[in-house]
Amino acid sequence: MDQVTIEAAIGQALAEEMARDARVLTFGEGVALKRRDLAERFGAERVRNTPLSEAIIAGTAAGAAATGLRPVIDMLYIPFLTLAMDAIANSAGKLRYISGGQFSFPLVVMAQTGAGWGVGAQHTHNLEAWFAHTPGLKVVMPSNAADAKGLLKAAIRDENPVLFFTDMTLGFNPGEVAEGEAALVPIGKAALRRAGCDVTLVSYSKAVHTCLAAAEQLAAQGVEAEVLDLRTVKPLDEAAILRSVKKTGRLIVVHEGARFCGVGAEIAALVSEQAHAALKAPVRRITPPDVPVPASYALEQAFLPQAQAVVDAVLAICPPHAHPRGQAVFEPA
Amino acid sequence: MLADIRDGDAVRMLERMLLVRGYEQLIVALGKGGNFPITCSALGQEASAVGVMSALGEADRILTNHRSAGHLMARGAEPGRLLAEVMGKATGYCGGKSGSLHISVKELGVLLTSTIVGGELSLATGVALSKKMLKEPGVVACFFGDGAACEGVFHESLNLASAWALPVLYVCENNQWQAFVSRREAMRNEHVSDWAAGYRVPGRTVDGNDVFAVREATQEAVRYIRETGRPYLLETCTYRLAGHYSLDDQAYVDAQELADWRARDPILRLREQVLAMGPLDEAGLEALDARVAAQLDEARRFALESPYPDVAALTADVLA
Ligand SMILES: Cc1ncc(C[n+]2csc(CCOP(=O)(O)OP(=O)(O)O)c2C)c(N)n1
Repeated sequence: MDQVTIEAAIGQALAEEMARDARVLTFGEGVALKRRDLAERFGAERVRNTPLSEAIIAGTAAGAAATGLRPVIDMLYIPFLTLAMDAIANSAGKLRYISGGQFSFPLVVMAQTGAGWGVGAQHTHNLEAWFAHTPGLKVVMPSNAADAKGLLKAAIRDENPVLFFTDMTLGFNPGEVAEGEAALVPIGKAALRRAGCDVTLVSYSKAVHTCLAAAEQLAAQGVEAEVLDLRTVKPLDEAAILRSVKKTGRLIVVHEGARFCGVGAEIAALVSEQAHAALKAPVRRITPPDVPVPASYALEQAFLPQAQAVVDAVLAICPPHAHPRGQAVFEPA
Repeated sequence: MLADIRDGDAVRMLERMLLVRGYEQLIVALGKGGNFPITCSALGQEASAVGVMSALGEADRILTNHRSAGHLMARGAEPGRLLAEVMGKATGYCGGKSGSLHISVKELGVLLTSTIVGGELSLATGVALSKKMLKEPGVVACFFGDGAACEGVFHESLNLASAWALPVLYVCENNQWQAFVSRREAMRNEHVSDWAAGYRVPGRTVDGNDVFAVREATQEAVRYIRETGRPYLLETCTYRLAGHYSLDDQAYVDAQELADWRARDPILRLREQVLAMGPLDEAGLEALDARVAAQLDEARRFALESPYPDVAALTADVLA
């Protein structure tokens, strides 16, 4: 299988889906330049530059989706979506329902999230909870190239509006990707990245890598962490979360989005409602403080959830002597 | 019904305008009984709705705003199903989930009633992009007010439709009010159509209370769009004769202004024209009124007797 970056995997997904379905088109500010290969292959009708007009880009996508096209719009950085909220939340998310099911909105909104590039708060913001909070929308956030490709292909085929957010610092991470149908990754299914029996670490996007790094460190201390990559924030793979927590009895959620009313709060509530008896310790959340993302590298790193914080949180609820090295029990999910 | 209105002789247009007016008055009457949703009427704007719609064809698609009842009925929607929708009944066009403010009727090509002011302007370019790329005939007619023209998305929409050469007929129904703000207070240009030139789009203002003038202007606009594939901005100059919404008594409106516009009521005008042109005499007009009244009685009965949706509908159709 090919080793490609997440950015290239996204390009592959677009190319494959545009070749498969003539109704798929992509547009946004500078898209025809950014995806020059697609523009050359599929023509200017299907790969379009737009004016700097986020509201109308999103509205155009909604109108086009309702009437037979399958647009993928590239909104660049997620803070710019605040200028497009009306079309996404009020139109794409609601109009199927309020029309009594007369129309559907098969569109994909792509944008980059994630701190680490030092570009500051007006280019860096994890707003996934805003969209997850809005009925009628799906939210996808891959952590690697294979998922980026497979989930984007699935998002393009989905009959609903899908917000597809990629972490900008992960963009150049290479990974293996498959071709064509074999590459598809279903929306709404979490992936078990590492099996463990002492604690469940739930995360998505860049924080998955933080959790995996923490799990390595913990293993050296005799604690086996299970790492679940949600891949899709909404619909949430509740079964996978509950299954893992019932196995480990401990849960820590790690994400870059704000803690207050964030995805972690939802997961904590889910577990307390449906797996309370299995819990051996309170659920913990590891998130940034409630501040805009600072530009300074030092502050930006302090803002981001770090592996050490995950390790500390795990050790606080899960004594290192629980499982002497070598005696960890691995169970398939 | 679409065919009726397309042939659109004076009597048919008058009948449709009477139906729209009667429907709006019926809603006011039902509202007086309490326990009825608040609505926004387009009383006095009937010539604009019927005039534009009479020049459109079945392949054309429609997006409109919170004062859509006239547009919907001019397009051929049944008053009974509209009223049922307003009342939240299962027989309404959207199964009661839209209410009066978001009605769409796919079978009539009506995609959207937007209650986000300007929301329809945001989607119209996409609908037109579909038409263009899927090589479907027809234009996309988008109705909005002078208030929506002050929203940024109006300008983004015209700019994009012009840049991408999209077949959109922008119809600004300038009824002189933006909720409780006079449009004179909110914009310095006399006509919304003036804005079109900046986007290299033709713009024209027409007397919106003259149904024939509106129809002629729409025909010209549609001809231009069909020939060039490019957008067109038509402004119909009219007046909102009722309050912003059903509980608004319009006490803030200058009495002289209101009187002047009442004297220009598009229905009175068309009645006089019909009498002068001769297709109907006084007795014929009375018979027409009676026919419309009977149709509205039937609509009222249908809506009142219709059931509410099953609560299972609450969670249906969120996702496809
Ligand atoms: C985005 C938005 N802002 C404000 C409102 C509240 N509102 C409803 S109708 C209206 C006036 C709109 O004026 P105009 O576009 O001229 O249409 P008209 O009501 O005159 O037909 C306002 C401000 C709204 N529904 N949506």
